[in-house]
Amino acid sequence: MNFHAIRAIYLFEMARTWRTLLQSIVSPVVSTSLYFVVFGAAIGSRITSVEGVSYGTFIVPGLVMLSVLTQSIANASFGIYFPKFVGTIYELLSAPISYFEIVLGYVGAAATKSIILGLIILATAGLFVPLQIHHPIWMLTFLVLTAVTFSLFGFIIGIWADGFEKLQMIPMLVVTPLTFLGGSFYSVNMLPSGWRTITLLNPVVYLISGFRWSFYEIADVSVTLSLGMTVGFLVVCMTIVWWIFKTGYRLKN
Amino acid sequence: MPPIISVSNLSKTYGSGFKALNGINLDIVSGEIFALLGPNGAGKTTLISIICGIANLSQGRVTVGGHDINTDYRAARSLIGLVPQELHTDAFESVWATVSFSRGLFGKPKNPAHIEKVLKDLSLWDKKDNKIVTLSGGMKRRVMIAKALSHEPQILFLDEPTAGVDVELRKGMWEVVRTLQASGVTIILTTHYIEEAEEMADRIGVINKGEIILVEDKAGLMQKLGKKQLKLYLQNKVEAIPADLAAYNLELSEDGREVIFNYDTKGERTGITSLLSDLRSAGIRISDLDTTQSSLEDIFVSLVRAP
Repeated sequence: MNFHAIRAIYLFEMARTWRTLLQSIVSPVVSTSLYFVVFGAAIGSRITSVEGVSYGTFIVPGLVMLSVLTQSIANASFGIYFPKFVGTIYELLSAPISYFEIVLGYVGAAATKSIILGLIILATAGLFVPLQIHHPIWMLTFLVLTAVTFSLFGFIIGIWADGFEKLQMIPMLVVTPLTFLGGSFYSVNMLPSGWRTITLLNPVVYLISGFRWSFYEIADVSVTLSLGMTVGFLVVCMTIVWWIFKTGYRLKN
Repeated sequence: MPPIISVSNLSKTYGSGFKALNGINLDIVSGEIFALLGPNGAGKTTLISIICGIANLSQGRVTVGGHDINTDYRAARSLIGLVPQELHTDAFESVWATVSFSRGLFGKPKNPAHIEKVLKDLSLWDKKDNKIVTLSGGMKRRVMIAKALSHEPQILFLDEPTAGVDVELRKGMWEVVRTLQASGVTIILTTHYIEEAEEMADRIGVINKGEIILVEDKAGLMQKLGKKQLKLYLQNKVEAIPADLAAYNLELSEDGREVIFNYDTKGERTGITSLLSDLRSAGIRISDLDTTQSSLEDIFVSLVRAP
């Protein structure tokens, strides 16, 4: 194991986070606060509780997940896309470092950043609504699993993308809709049965449901299923990354 | 002593079907400065990219310090520092941070003293806290060299190190390269500037259309292919070379005032003395003379142009 290299990549990526603190941390916190104001206070006050939890409180896990998902993808995809774009990737490819170590450095940093962000948003939410976390360990488990999985997913997008447009396309056109339709702001059980079935095809539903369960013990699907789907998606992403490095796809010609 | 880099039967075909390298065999001796010459698109950068792990090879085998670049890539790559042709640098990191990053990437523990030495050697020390984006092109080039030297490599690849660099800086870079060689580093450089190879290299390889067409000691190459030319300036205009002098294959300039004689320095008799006395007998008087040796550039052009 080339620990010095993993450390170098990790610290390099984290340094980028601190350098772009405003964009990295402050802007997601501001936008999440806006969600609280709009959905929680303004609209939420007209909605009675959802499954025994006040609406403002109900949306907290979904909002945290929304940020963690989008930030994980954005961090990791940009982290590996940028060296490709400016050409500094040559150094990574010529270094005595294994693919596993490269992924560990980049994905580790991206996930760290979005976990920190998720916790900050959670703390911010605590200022607006009363929070309770029934299963803190599970809460952290889901948070970490999701951050890692979607950082891997972002890493894949960053390798695949050959332009800034493509870099934005998947998060904009696929991830954001799936997140909004994945029960961030409502319980899947509130939907008519036809739509409910369709919604269950959305992988984000399982992430949010499991995460929300760790807070309030209310879930749209069983926790085991949530965990299984999350781990399943993680394995899929890992397999794709393994394939990318095995074939040199979009990295080595 | 076994070669520090050994390339055997290396071929590279790109996905598009373009064959960039074709059966390359090349050994690099430890401690030498090897110059790889070739026209644009000859395969210089492809060859370097494969040795350094940036591109996959299609066929053949490459070892670095005895380590196979595929099966034992960690050991192989640890020995190499690469300065690519293009100025690929981060923008917002400081010089110090980016050079230290490279050292870590190559698996070496922190060593501020070494980084300091590298930066001082390359006259970058006063810029260590500057963001790279604020540096000039020549400084960025030196930052890339510093990155390559950050992990104390035994082999340094310089791909067109002085392209677009002003004369003074170029001379400075040659100085750095010589110092590195003196410290035992093997250097492989590609260049367009023949002058550079002539100035720096111990051995020269010429690559064209993906094939190595020649590898030779610089001195040997110059001697083997080097021709000398004697130019005679005439006192009076001459209409034609007299028939008696046909054996010398003289060339007469258009204005009839200069005569050029090609001769081989290795020959036992250059023919100069007899030419001069024959000219005199023919009544041709000489006002001045000049000799020139063909440069590596001429040799190179004649090699690459040959079918």
